[in-house]
Formats: sequence, structure tokens, C-alpha cells
Amino acid sequence: MTPIAATNDFVIKFANINGSGSASANELFAKCILRMGVPVSPRNIFPSNIQGLPTWYEVRVSEAGWLGRRGGYDLLVQMNPQTWDADVAGLASGGYLLYDSSKPLPRSKFRDDISVIGVPLMQMANASWDDLRQRQLLKNIMYVGALSVLLGIERDVIVRLIGEQYHGKQALLEPNVRALDLGRAYVADHLQPLALKIERRDCVGGRIFVDGNSAAALGMVYGGATVCAWYPITPSSSLAETFQKYCVTLRIDPATGKHRYAIVQAEDEIASIGIVTGAGWNGARAFTATSGPGISLMNEIIGLAYFAEIPVTIVDVQRGGPSTGMPTRTQQADVTFCAHASHGDTNHVLLFPEDPYECFEFAAAALDLADRLQTPVFVLSDLDIGMNHRLCQPFAWDDARRYDRGKVLTAEELEAGRPFGRYRDVDGDGIPYRTYPGTHPARGSFFTRGTSKNADARYSEKGEDYVENVERLQRKLQTAKALLPQPVLQRARQPARHGAIYFGSTSPAMAEAIAKLDADGMHVDALRVRGYPFADAVREFIAAHESVFVVEQNRDAQLRALLIEQFEIDPARLVRILHYDGTPVTARFIARAIGTRMQPVCVQALRGDKVA
Amino acid sequence: MTYLPKPRIHHPSLQRNRVGFTRRDYEGAMSTLCAGCGHDSISAAIIQACWELDIQPHRVAKISGIGCSSKTPTYFLSASHGFNAVHGRMPSVLTGANLANRELMYLGISGDGDSASIGIGQFVHAVRRGVNMVYIVENNGVYGLTKGQFSATADQGSKSKKGAINTDAPVDMVGMALQLGASFVARSFSGDKAQLVPTLKAAMTHVGTSFVDVISPCVAFNNHPGSTKSYDYVREHNHALCQMDFIAPQDAISVDYPAGEVREVRQHDGSVLLLHKLPASHDTGDRVAAMNYLHACQARGEIVTGLLYVDPDAPDLHAHLDTVPVAFNTLHERELCPGSAILAQINAGLR
Repeated sequence: MTPIAATNDFVIKFANINGSGSASANELFAKCILRMGVPVSPRNIFPSNIQGLPTWYEVRVSEAGWLGRRGGYDLLVQMNPQTWDADVAGLASGGYLLYDSSKPLPRSKFRDDISVIGVPLMQMANASWDDLRQRQLLKNIMYVGALSVLLGIERDVIVRLIGEQYHGKQALLEPNVRALDLGRAYVADHLQPLALKIERRDCVGGRIFVDGNSAAALGMVYGGATVCAWYPITPSSSLAETFQKYCVTLRIDPATGKHRYAIVQAEDEIASIGIVTGAGWNGARAFTATSGPGISLMNEIIGLAYFAEIPVTIVDVQRGGPSTGMPTRTQQADVTFCAHASHGDTNHVLLFPEDPYECFEFAAAALDLADRLQTPVFVLSDLDIGMNHRLCQPFAWDDARRYDRGKVLTAEELEAGRPFGRYRDVDGDGIPYRTYPGTHPARGSFFTRGTSKNADARYSEKGEDYVENVERLQRKLQTAKALLPQPVLQRARQPARHGAIYFGSTSPAMAEAIAKLDADGMHVDALRVRGYPFADAVREFIAAHESVFVVEQNRDAQLRALLIEQFEIDPARLVRILHYDGTPVTARFIARAIGTRMQPVCVQALRGDKVA
Repeated sequence: MTYLPKPRIHHPSLQRNRVGFTRRDYEGAMSTLCAGCGHDSISAAIIQACWELDIQPHRVAKISGIGCSSKTPTYFLSASHGFNAVHGRMPSVLTGANLANRELMYLGISGDGDSASIGIGQFVHAVRRGVNMVYIVENNGVYGLTKGQFSATADQGSKSKKGAINTDAPVDMVGMALQLGASFVARSFSGDKAQLVPTLKAAMTHVGTSFVDVISPCVAFNNHPGSTKSYDYVREHNHALCQMDFIAPQDAISVDYPAGEVREVRQHDGSVLLLHKLPASHDTGDRVAAMNYLHACQARGEIVTGLLYVDPDAPDLHAHLDTVPVAFNTLHERELCPGSAILAQINAGLR
């Protein structure tokens, strides 16, 4: 057995027990590597549970900067007896197992083709602290200390990070540093460093390390949202909670201490979307954050907002579905559902952020788009982006930027005699003018209702009035295409016959897969779509390639279905590449799936087929 | 319904209120409800109350759900913005509207199907939050638009037009509103304008959740013998708790009652509610007493009407949320956007 040797390019998996305080120690570990200038991408793999069930934290170290999940792991930090056997079995041959050796384990619990590193964490913790909870928590810091010597992470970096974390809390700082040094000393005295190494580099640059839900919450603050209504649901809850956290410092009237925001934790998602719709109708920027089951409940009011043309912003942090689904697993499976949410002929604007940076950007953009287009706008994030820290570009804001409030008539315009009919298409772009309630004593009032109305918002059940309205709504969606974030094209090094379309959290795995294929002589142009309805450039991209792989994380090839629907493309030209087991898709999976299909024989056999 | 529209021209002799409007300026489109529908009387009472209170029509937002009652906002205050939302969801839509602009008056119009069945959750939670609104339930115990099914407020044992007997226990929204913390709770009867108009005026000037249950007979499906929401039944069983005079802030109290017979409630805007013929046993400032009184009347088969409870000092949702005293929809980038310098600091904290 040859132990795996790698520098700044490997995967560590921590197996912990939920509620044991491991999350902050593991995050500390990931941040230490970042501070040494080496990119990492961690992922929480957690159960729907508060305490006691297994939880894992995977850290991919990649000097090359690949941030997608790699698959497999080279070093296992095994702190959970419940999952010992399966976790040890999954370790790569030649890999390393770090475990708590306080109690002897039979030989049968190990493997011959791995290196086993025992550190008596519990013994050392028991000898150092009396308090049971403290022993438990500091044991986690001790393994960070042990790892730092095994991998070559600088002590100063860790101590500085602990200092930042416990700034001004000396009582917490001291035992953490002591635990760190206990772990370090044991390894230094008893063990040798591994052939897995962290070496200082300068590959992180100015990038920030943040989760998508926090980023979207901050985007809502910057974008001017004043009303947030939500109902707790994994994996979106932290978005509303972080919005609250930011508002408490960033949205206070300095003179009076009063709040420039209102957050309502509603009784359910129906009330959440109702509150957002009422606020949007009345001219405030409002949003809700939810996941698939919440969207299911919101459908009726989403249809109302679509037809009554009310700005509404919805962040759907997607999880596995259908029904209750897999709350702690990731998928991109709400795409067609959100595109056509509610009954009748509906069609909604969708935005697909790839990372926290775009969660911030698109959250603020969604508020503008909702006001401009007077319609529900969905930001389709997912658990992989929303609940994991990801390295991304720093947030940016142009202070000259002004909110786009859309077509709103003022009291002065109404007073000057400007004609007003709520649903008239004055400008030919399908977007009508609106007035806020309370604007003018005699002009501009109208009655908002669902379908039965004419262009002046008067009650009407006439067929021609209905048709005029629904067709104008289609024109409005055409207008939307140019306003949405445009697709991002990455050309292959050589002219390519094949293209690939992907979106959202598939992005980092896709970038790596394309590079891998390219290195193997398989050239694929890649187009990342960022908005729906799709820009015309997407049609042109498909037309310019013999066949196009559509890579997504759901069973039913939902983005592909929307492409076929919008562009009326021969379905055989769009090849499904699908990953839907609830784990984030990997570059290995995509490269293998595309590579197999690019062999000439296989393309014939498998065209239009899905990857099992 | 009548299909002849009223002429838009007003007679010059029509009396104007302090803000220069005639009563007709508070009207809406012609009602499409059945002739004799109790709901039209409620619309007329709303028009009368708004006119008498000198409310600027455009400073009112009227929001409803679905059903006969929820159609009525079209039939009053045509200069106000209106929103006919989906079934049972008026409370949440109104809550959002209220958060966006706290400066308007919010009229939530609902019915017993809309609020006691499909929307009971939203009714409950909007009341709990203390949304500043007048929540009117036009309560006829029956589904009108779908032709005569029992609603959740139909009394046990009451008979439908087709002869079916309701076996389910009724939802008592007044009792619920009291229990849930509404700061103004009243019940009235669409056939009693003398009581309904001052009740609505008091509700409209109250800051906080004003819940008004108005028994409103359905002439098409629930006005027959055996119904407990018919005109005849309600008149026979009406137990008027008290009489109320509403005194606007600018009006001097000129009504002369013998001492001890009148109870005065002063509201935030300076208006005064004068309650008389109030039984000595009842205190409108005592929530528990109001619940007891309501249930005692109910046990005797009486429908208690009038102002049951009022807390003139209750905080509303905006007070709970400690929001700025201006409408959110008037805030701009300078108030809402923290700017690039702060963003740079946030970025620095994420490295």
C-alpha cells in the first residue's frame, strides 16, 4: 500500500455527531487553509435532526481552485462510532484515518490499505477539563490542532482565527488555544507528518468566503427590501434570519433608532406570500425565502400576483423533492414548477445564481426586476449554494446605482392629466403603468383582482378582454428576456461540435469537468444560463452546435424541457446529463457522462437517453 | 340587483363634510348582489361612517378575499384602491399592504366562509399580530355564490334552504377575536343602522385590530324559518349590549346623560365613545368579562350585539416592530442602501 501523497489537492471528510459542536471547529479548519492562500470548498452533509444523528463535513482542498464536490475522500477524521464502518469503507485506498484512540478498537475495525492515526482525544480532554460540555467542544479543537501538524498548517494562522472568533472573550480564547496546542503537541511527540500537505500559496486573492443564504440576505438589504415575510423551512431559514441580523445594524434610523424594515415570521407560506404580495401592491420592496414545499403552498397567490401584476420576489433555496422531499439534500428540481407556478397559463421570471456572489447580485436584481416587470421573480438557489460556505468574488455595489421602481405614476403626473388605465399597454412592451394606493384624491385609483377585468381594471368577463390581457402578459415576458442577467459563454480551446448548457450550483463542477474533457481532447463549448425566459443567445448557441448536453440536478431534465418549450427545438438535439441523488454533482460524474456520449458510437446509442 | 347605473352628477345641495366631499363621493359601482342583501346595508354603513368621519377616500385601502362579501369593496369608496385577493387570504395581503404604508386606513372585508373556514388561520394570526385595520366579517352563515352550502358560522341545528340540518358546532369569531387579543371587538347587525354606523366609526378610529362581526342575512339562501341568521331570527334574538355615540375629536360632547349611566372611552385620535344603556355588570375594558358576557348570552340563545371590548391604548403591529413613522414605500436608496464603504467592511469580515 502506497500512502496517497498530495500537496494542496485532496479531500478531508469529518464524520461527527450532530450537536457536538463540530461545525465551528471544522469551519475553523477550512478557514485556516484559506488563510494560507489555498482555495477550499467545504460542504455540510447533515441530517434532518437537532442532536445525535450523524453529520459530515467535507473539505476539498484545491490549489487549482476547483470548488465543486470532487467525490471520494483521502483523509477521514472519524469522530462518530455510528458511521465508523461505512465511512472507513469509503476512504480511498492509500488514505488516512484519524480517530480518537482513547479506547482500544479491534483490528477488524481498520483496513490494511490505509494509514491509521490514533490520537487519544478524549483522554487528553478529560485530563485537562472538568466540565463535560467543555471536554466535548474542545476535543474538536484538539483534532484541528492534531491535523495542523499532520498537514503542515501554520499555528499562527489558527491562533489568529481563534482570536478573531473569540474577540474580547478571554474566557473562551484561552481554553481553545490550549486545546489546539494539546493536539499539536501530541502529534509532534508521537507521530510523523503525512504525505498530504498544505503549503502556503497566493491563490485566494481578494475572494470572500460566505454562504449563499447570507449573501442573498445582504443583497435584499442593498436592493432595498423593507418587508420580509417567511416561514421556517430548511434550507432557506437562515436567509430570513440573516436578513434580520443585517437589518439590526444596517437599517436603523440613526436619529430615532426606529426600524426601516419589517420582518414577519408568518403562520405558513401562504401568509408569507400574501404579505409580500400586499406589500408589493402598496409599493414596498418585499420578499420571501422558502423551499419547494413552501412554493407548493404559495401557488394560488403566485398566480394572483402574476395576473394582477404585482412585484413579488421569492428566493427558493431548493432541496430534494417531491412532497416533504429530502430537506437536507440538494437538487435543482423546482425549475419547471417555478416557471409555471399556479394554475392556468402562467409563466414566471427565474434567476439562477451560481454562487454566493450571484446570490447577492441576483437578490438585489430581483427586486428591481419585480418592480420593473410587475410580476413574481424567483431566485432559484439551492442547498449546496445556500447553506455551504463558498469562495467567491467580493460583493460589489455602485453607489451611483438607483433602484428601478418601474412604471409608477406620481400624484404630479396624475394631476397634470396623464391618462391612466391600469392594464393598458401604453409603451408596447407589455408593461402597464401602476399607481400606489393613496397617491391622488381623485385620479389613479383602481380595483385589483384576478382574471375578470379589462385593460382599465374594471370588472369584465368578456373573452376579448381576457385574451388581450393574457397576450400582453406574454409580451411582457418577451420584454423580460433582455433585462435578465445574460448567459455566460465559455468557448473550448478548439472549435467544438458539442455544447453544454448548465445553470446554478452545477457551475463549479462543470468548469472542472470541461477542463478535464478538454485535457482529454474532447472539446465542449459551455453556456451557463442565468435567467428564464432564456435570452435569444441561448437559441443561437444551441443552433451552432450539433448536439448540446444539458446538465442539471433533477430527474426530469427540467431546464431542457423549458428550452424545448421556449425554442421549439428538436428534443433529440438536447442530451440529458442528470444527477439527482441529493448530493452535489461532481466533475467526475459530468466528465464521465459527457465523455461517454462523445465517443462516436455511443452518441448514436445514447442520444436522448439519460445517465443512470 | 338593479342594472341602472346612478348618474354621476351630484345635486349641488348635497351636504359636504369637512374635507369637502358629499356622501355620494364615498359610493362605488352599482352593487351586483341580490336585492335586500344585508351586505349592501353594510356597504351603505361604511359609506356613511367614512363620510361622517371626514376620511379622504383615497387614503383608504379596501382589501377583501372571495365571496359575496368580498365583492362589496367595488360598491363603496370608488376613489380608494381596492384589492380583491384570493379566498381566505385577505388578512395576509392586508398585513403586507399595511407594513408597506402605515399611513392609510385599511378596511378588510371578509365573510364567514372566507374568514371562518378557508381563511381561519389567517384571521387568527392577523388578529394576534395586532395589524391596524378594520376587519369586517359580513356573516350570513352560508355560502351564497356557490348556492347555499352551510358555512362554519352556521349554528348547530340550523336548517338550510334545502332542508338539511347543520350538525357541526359553529365557529364564534367574536369569541375568538377576544381570545386572540383583538383590541376592539364588536358585533352588529346589518339591519340595525343606528348601531352599525357608530360601531364602524369607532372601529375606524381605533388604532389596532378592530374586529367587527356583522350578522348579515342572505336573502337568497338563509332567510327562511329554521335559519338562525335570518332577519326575523336575528331581530327576535338580538341582545343589544349597549348604545354607543361616537364623538369625533373636534366635536364637543353635548349629549346629556344622567351621571353613572354613561361610560366614556377616549381613543388615541381624541375621539370619544359614549356607551350608555350598558349593563352595570359589563366593563368594555375587561377582556375576560367580555368573554363571559358573550358566552352567557350565547348560552341563553341570544345574539349579543354592540361594542364588547376596547383597549384604546393597545400597541399595533408597527409598534411591535418599532418601525419608522413613515410609509416604507417613500424610503429611498439613502435610507435603505448601506453603500459600498460598508460593503467593503463586510467583505473584509468574510476573508
